[in-house]
Amino acid sequence: MHRSESAVPLRPFVELTGVSHTYATGGTLAVDGLDIRVNEGEFAAVVGPSGCGKSTLMKLATGLQFPQAGAVVVDGQEVRDPVKIAGMAFQAPTLLPWRTTLENLMLPLEIVEPHRSRLRRHKAEYVAKAEALLASVGLEGAGSKFPWQLSGGMQQRASLCRALIHEPKLLMLDEPFGALDAFTREELWCVIRDLHARMAGTLTVILVTHDLREAVFLADRIFCMSSRPGKIIAEREVAFPRPRDIEITYKPEFSDIVHDLRGRIAHARSTA
Amino acid sequence: MDALADFLLTSWPMALVIGVVGYIAYLLYKVIGASALDRTKLSLQLAPLFCTIGTFLVWELLCKAFAVSTFVLPAPSDIAIAIWQFRRQIGFHSFHTAWMTLAGFGLAVAFGIALGLLLGASRFFYAGFYPLLVGFNSIPKVAVVPILVIWFGVGWLPAVLTAFMISFFPIVVNVATGLATIEPETEDVLKALGASKLQIMTKVGIPRSLPYFFGSLKVAITLAYVGSVIAEYNASRYGIGNLMARASADFNVPLLFAALIALAILGVAMYMATVWLENRMTGWAQRSSFAAT
Repeated sequence: MHRSESAVPLRPFVELTGVSHTYATGGTLAVDGLDIRVNEGEFAAVVGPSGCGKSTLMKLATGLQFPQAGAVVVDGQEVRDPVKIAGMAFQAPTLLPWRTTLENLMLPLEIVEPHRSRLRRHKAEYVAKAEALLASVGLEGAGSKFPWQLSGGMQQRASLCRALIHEPKLLMLDEPFGALDAFTREELWCVIRDLHARMAGTLTVILVTHDLREAVFLADRIFCMSSRPGKIIAEREVAFPRPRDIEITYKPEFSDIVHDLRGRIAHARSTA
Repeated sequence: MDALADFLLTSWPMALVIGVVGYIAYLLYKVIGASALDRTKLSLQLAPLFCTIGTFLVWELLCKAFAVSTFVLPAPSDIAIAIWQFRRQIGFHSFHTAWMTLAGFGLAVAFGIALGLLLGASRFFYAGFYPLLVGFNSIPKVAVVPILVIWFGVGWLPAVLTAFMISFFPIVVNVATGLATIEPETEDVLKALGASKLQIMTKVGIPRSLPYFFGSLKVAITLAYVGSVIAEYNASRYGIGNLMARASADFNVPLLFAALIALAILGVAMYMATVWLENRMTGWAQRSSFAAT
């Protein structure tokens, strides 16, 4: 079972080396000595109990926070500012209620160069692109609706589209499916799987989740974190071939991996 | 121009009565023509009218039944007679009260937005100015009127400034709150795109604080109104407040009540205008009514 992308030369895209961070001087560490390496184009998942500093990890990797110790390197450069090449999606869809779905999607284009200066003159082109993206996640014709006219799952799809519209190289997902029902969640797993597959090799995804099945289904590489202060207690690759069908989540090999991860996290919790 | 002003001053009560009667007739017409399902909804629109008229009827009956002297509590009919009798004065002074209130309110809106943006955008200024603002807001503004009179003399300026001082606080607080309470996730999304502080303000902060702002206008307009009337009462030659000061010196109780009714009508009109503006500008924040249309 070898991954099809393994022919592409791997280059580390997000690297955290010995990163420690705390929010208050003298306070307890949120994360402690993190070592994470995610290759370009890879889909990585970070799992762990709640409050283990997963969100801190996201903020560190996108330059919203700077570590007290250690180094964060993204795309070959040490992070000193917000990285500008990242798209983010959270558990809450965080769509702006005064904008239609399409206008929400256009928001990153109003900020990120070169789109920002091109937007006015090439409006039609961008609108077509946004509508195509909406259609690709099953939201045809929803662009003119306001977010509150959409269901929770649809809002989350729109939120994913917004995170991808400016073609970021890095997509950060912070428990994006946490608030959805089980069926919608599985649908969205497939949506994100397909989006990642379409940008094969150019889009690196880091998914923070506490759902182990989600992590195993989607990710190439899984990091397990201990509870606060967050440390990486295990790292393992998931070698199922892509494209993966949702059926694999019911196979014994799949359950074995989930079970193994669960055991490691349970162990970390009991020793903490 | 003078002829128009003269016409308005003499006939405004008639215009008001015609307007109200016309509105009732229009509503009744709609209720009669409507299906049974819509009728309950429409009757809700008539409810305020019925209750208002009912209250005045009870008032009238009680006054007549207990033969209350007009010197103590005039019946609505006595007040109506006083309104008609003094319609020119009431109209003239209402006009002054209205423009002084609106001028003070306008100043409060401009200043409130500016200060609110500053406080909402900067945590330093928010923390620094908040106690000062609360302190200033807790000064009863009637106590400031004498100072304003010393500075500017008796006239329209103290009334405008009192209206301004009393009404800017809720606007500042609401605009600042709207800006300062941007969801951290939304802010992260924008920051990770490399958005500047200014971009976060214009793309999210300001649109987000609009419902707070328009909500505060409702509070501010009634406060401004209180402020201008207080100042008129103490230090003006014009305005309903001044009319009341003189009526009370004359022990003209029906005129006092007539002036109160005029104040109430004017206050409702200004309040309704801001509510209309709020609904128009921030329909997205009122989902249910928005979805219904």
